[in-house]
Amino acid sequence: MTPEIERLKQQFGKSVYGERAETGRLTSVSVAPEVLPAAAEFMARVLEMRFLFLAGFDERKSGGGFRLRYAFAHPREDRFLALAVQAGETEASFPSVVSLYPQANWQEREIQDLFGLKPSGHPDPRRLVLHEDWPAGQYPLRKDFPNGVKVPRRQGDYPFERVEGAGVFEIPVGPVHAGVIEPGHFRFSSAGESILKLEIRLFYTHKGIEKLGEGKSPREILCLAERVSGDNSVSHAAACAQALEALSGTTVPERALRLRVILLELERLYNHVADISGVVLDVAFSFGAAQLAAVKERLLRLNERLTGQRLLRSMIVPGGVHKDFAAGALDHLLRETEAIKKDFEQIVHIIWNSSSFLDRVEETGIIRREIAEALGGTGPAARASGVDRDLRRDHPYGVYSQLFFMVPVFAEGDVESRLKVRIQEIYESFKLIHEVAAGLAPGPCLAVPRPLAPMAHALGGVESPRGECFHWLSTDREGKISRWKIQSPSFANWPLIEYAVLENIVPDFPVINKSLNLSYSGNDR
Amino acid sequence: MLRILKKNFQSGRPAPSYCPGQTEAPLGFAGAPEIDAAKCTGCGQCVAACPTDALSVSDDQKENRRTLVLDYGDCIFCGLCGPACPYEAISFRGKFELAAPSRDALARPFEFRLSETVKDPRFVAPEKNFPPAAARARHPNYEQGDFADRLPLEDLGRKLKDKIGALFGRSLHVREVDAGSCNGCEVEITNLSTPLYDAERYGIHFVASPRHADLLLVTGPVTRQMELALVKTYAAMPSPKSVVACGGCAVSGGIFRGSYAVSGGVDQAVPVDVYIPGCPPRPEAILYGIFVALGKAGAPGN
Ligand code: SF4
Ligand code: SF4
Repeated sequence: MTPEIERLKQQFGKSVYGERAETGRLTSVSVAPEVLPAAAEFMARVLEMRFLFLAGFDERKSGGGFRLRYAFAHPREDRFLALAVQAGETEASFPSVVSLYPQANWQEREIQDLFGLKPSGHPDPRRLVLHEDWPAGQYPLRKDFPNGVKVPRRQGDYPFERVEGAGVFEIPVGPVHAGVIEPGHFRFSSAGESILKLEIRLFYTHKGIEKLGEGKSPREILCLAERVSGDNSVSHAAACAQALEALSGTTVPERALRLRVILLELERLYNHVADISGVVLDVAFSFGAAQLAAVKERLLRLNERLTGQRLLRSMIVPGGVHKDFAAGALDHLLRETEAIKKDFEQIVHIIWNSSSFLDRVEETGIIRREIAEALGGTGPAARASGVDRDLRRDHPYGVYSQLFFMVPVFAEGDVESRLKVRIQEIYESFKLIHEVAAGLAPGPCLAVPRPLAPMAHALGGVESPRGECFHWLSTDREGKISRWKIQSPSFANWPLIEYAVLENIVPDFPVINKSLNLSYSGNDR
Repeated sequence: MLRILKKNFQSGRPAPSYCPGQTEAPLGFAGAPEIDAAKCTGCGQCVAACPTDALSVSDDQKENRRTLVLDYGDCIFCGLCGPACPYEAISFRGKFELAAPSRDALARPFEFRLSETVKDPRFVAPEKNFPPAAARARHPNYEQGDFADRLPLEDLGRKLKDKIGALFGRSLHVREVDAGSCNGCEVEITNLSTPLYDAERYGIHFVASPRHADLLLVTGPVTRQMELALVKTYAAMPSPKSVVACGGCAVSGGIFRGSYAVSGGVDQAVPVDVYIPGCPPRPEAILYGIFVALGKAGAPGN
């Protein structure tokens, strides 16, 4: 029994029962619904456990009814704990914890849409994932929902929140935008140029990926995981593979773990460079943007030389990596990253010497630390606001525990800090790649696949370029995947933008948006 | 300023332009699977390995025929079929110029004598291991789409040929719509505007409004929640117009087909002129697809 469960039992007596060592670092314990809010509060306030996410489960077939699981991470030790709660099938199925954890807002509404379970006491009962033309009474993540059958559309309305007052006007934008970006709807209320309120409406790219994953083979589910958010393919695949490997009790060979670190850091590199390039382009500094775009292309070509795919796909498979790097590829990697780093350094130096650039990014789009913490912000966006967290260091996976690297943290929370976090992380990634590649010993890259354990749960987590990315997998009696929950960093970070833009001017919105660089597809799934 | 000039000077000319049929993919690029008919026995092992049904077999007992089909429209270029083949008949050699004006042109059929393949110790019977090939329709169905009533009448049933004449020879205005992609395709489309691919030098301009566009470049499997926005964007374009489906998702729904939340390909919502396979297609493959739409590349009818 972990110390946390012991404390919970002391506090709540018989209302806490049935602890289970799940796979890997994950333990779970059941909590009676009546004490859930109090237990969640106890976890946060007394045990200092950090709330990660909430997932719904339909276990009616195995006699378990509907269940919710609240995942927590230990703040200092490498442990995860899930509180499991029974949920009723009718009105007010489970108590909302939004007043305690504002970050549960979207998570509870998602469960309401996809499972038809109602959070009682939630301040915002509107639809979230499924838009207004989805009929009532159809819940895709329930087991009796027939996937693939066309669901008819119905008439419906989505009420936006309104700001009233003299001189206030509304600017609706999207879902289709002017540039080459993903779809989403933004509604600004502004007075003059200043933004008073932003309401975002997403899930246009909702593809039902979690449902599609049910019953899939481990290899197939990784193909899907790579396409949750295209530019974070490796991170999602690695997190999902961790969960699969925990379920099957597979030990991944050392060389494969090291190659995965190289892939993960290469992904961070091209993403961060692209993000900086995007902000630089949006402040109309075309020299910097073009130069950084060239750096990004060079990185993509390096990816393709090493793996055959520009987005590093198809490399991560259950038990290791699909193929080893070709002969000579490692030397090329070392030489090329060295050259790219030099190039990057020069460009960044020029950009940060431009006062017109700094004017646009300093003190723009500030996110205060309390907001980032309360909304569960993650990744560079949170680290730029003083939240010192990085899964690679705090809950190390692969071989990160053997590697030395810094986690840059800034306090200002503005666009510039978000860029500076990325720049420093780029240098750390170059160092990590160099260290891992130089010390790579020969050996196998793939363990023999084993069957998944039946009736088990597993949690995989990776610090993706955008932040913490968790994959939760559960199996049924036959050892088939029965539930796949993806907690993407964008799902955690999107709500931050509604705060970041306040009191900024409308023309700065693109810059703020880019500096957060959130994935719509990763959010919508 | 001096530093900027110096850096620009050092960077030099970015890259040679892409030229259809002549540019090779950079070293290492895997690209599309290719089946060597001389080595393939039709055993069906690859079909069992494919996550998207891009590979399928159908057996005709009466005709003593087994047909293996590799459909690039469904392929996500994952490479899983390669090692699954016991005869090393499947290779990945950087093929990317695949865009074609019809779904049928993306399918590569291979025929075998069923009585011979059954003898193969690796023989896989279809029914047990994967759904039958016939279950997958491969035709446009936009007339039955949820928002078909919003499609402009004059655009229904029109021919690709009409537009090529109108578009040929002048610059092209492209409007991009993400109809639910994973954003992988957007990564590569964005790259088209960087100095390395510089689509502008072919006269291809990305524009902000559908009202200024000649060509609609669509990515994603067309999610239920983007279908209306896609149809509206299409309807807002002036005629003549053409539509290019970019990436496996846009061509066929790709790996997301069969979900409650996607309609399964752009041609289920609006008429499509050219299909670009790839997941994502590399920037040159997208350019190639646009050239095919303009009638500047690709054999006629293929
Ligand atoms: S590369 Fe294409 S054909 Fe081969 S397994 Fe993957 S999706 Fe199927
Ligand atoms: S075709 Fe591939 S890269 Fe493009 S949107 Fe679909 S899954 Fe993503």
